[in-house]
Amino acid sequence: MTTAARDHDVAVIGGGLVGSAVAWGLARLGRRVVVVDEGDLALRASRGNFALVWVQSKGLGMPAYARWTVQSVGLWDAFRDELRAQTGVDLCYQRPGGFHLALSEAEMERRADLLARLQAQPGMPEAGYEMLSRAQVLKMLPAIGPEVVGGSYCPLDGHVNSLRLLRALHQGMQALGVAYVPQARVERIERRDGGFAVRAGTHDLRAAQVVLTAGVGNQALGESVGLDVPVRPQRGQLIVTEKAAPFLHHPVVTVRQTDEGGIMIGDSQEERTDPVVGPAILATMADRAQRMFPLIGSLNVVRTWAALRVMTRDGFPIYEQSATCPGAFVATCHSGVTLAANHALALAPAIARGELPADTFSTFSARRFHVPAAA
Amino acid sequence: MFQRLPEADAAARVAFTLDGRPVEARVGDSVAAALLAAGRSDCRTTPVSGAARGPFCLMGTCFECLVTIDGLGNRQACQVAVREGMRVETQQGKREVGR
Repeated sequence: MTTAARDHDVAVIGGGLVGSAVAWGLARLGRRVVVVDEGDLALRASRGNFALVWVQSKGLGMPAYARWTVQSVGLWDAFRDELRAQTGVDLCYQRPGGFHLALSEAEMERRADLLARLQAQPGMPEAGYEMLSRAQVLKMLPAIGPEVVGGSYCPLDGHVNSLRLLRALHQGMQALGVAYVPQARVERIERRDGGFAVRAGTHDLRAAQVVLTAGVGNQALGESVGLDVPVRPQRGQLIVTEKAAPFLHHPVVTVRQTDEGGIMIGDSQEERTDPVVGPAILATMADRAQRMFPLIGSLNVVRTWAALRVMTRDGFPIYEQSATCPGAFVATCHSGVTLAANHALALAPAIARGELPADTFSTFSARRFHVPAAA
Repeated sequence: MFQRLPEADAAARVAFTLDGRPVEARVGDSVAAALLAAGRSDCRTTPVSGAARGPFCLMGTCFECLVTIDGLGNRQACQVAVREGMRVETQQGKREVGR
């Protein structure tokens, strides 16, 4: 049975955190959108999220990325409010400020050095980072263990219930009329009749524009619409514990307590392509978390999992409209939670207007990877 | 609600405390069985809704029989045998960290 070709304004390929935010953002502007989602057996980078809405230490080598990040955090309250008003889902977004903790003087020095280099870059936004001594950290995180020597703090850092975020985006986008086509792996995208034809199994969809938000799958899909998307999978592993009474009131970049009480631990960045947990890595992660917060040691681990996240060559996003196939866009990034507000409220409107303004987006073009290396 | 069968009732006595109050059990009882035999069908409130919960499957799969035993929280009562002097406490809501 073939699904009859239908006309949409935009076909969004990939229904994870990036795709659903873009689709919701387009639909709230009145565009007719179809989201094509590969399904449960896809790589699903969103599964590897740590639910952080995070500013700290971003943008070394690309101050524009730090500005883009701070812009997104600035939009997050309004984004959260609008989703709650529309869907009734409370995202539990908290912005108490976040930490990166040092377990040795050497780690503390490296951290201070990184932040100094970051802040020395021209064009960095105000983010209020500071290095804090052990005594200062202790006041805000009374549960720290004796090995914590201090850390860096940023008042703009926070976290959210990312399960609810994806749920709200899907619920919201469908309530706004977005057609959701699940369990459909896109095999081919072609230019046709001034727009695009997307073939996915028995589905044959037509849209004036197409947006690639398929994570690691963007590279192959990009080839057929003149988009260069050099991305690779990067494995991350996560641990979550049983729900405990609240005791960790600020997220740390690798340890956070969810709104429901579970402790999440996530610390690995592995150049692997198999989404399989490894006990050695998990043990290292658990050990570091317990050294930061000894109370975690008595909690039962409920679940561990691995996921393949998306990494571009320099770690920064790629947002681009195809030069050879105008109307085809790609949006790929590592921080789908933090940037969800931007994707919905800044990127989607630009796609709707058919143009990514150069002043905001030219730094994120994949052309940056083609600059010849210095001799 | 639950009564010991005659042969179980004949086993040696074991004394433990539940929320500080003395309870008499038999050697071989799991903590869950001892609670049920003592007339307690609930041992905690669930963090999700605050509703009362108690031992259900009695084989370690349902996680409803969670109690604090000798200061360690979220122990499955059906998986722990009673010992003389054991301190069992019912739990309210989420596990207290450090217990």
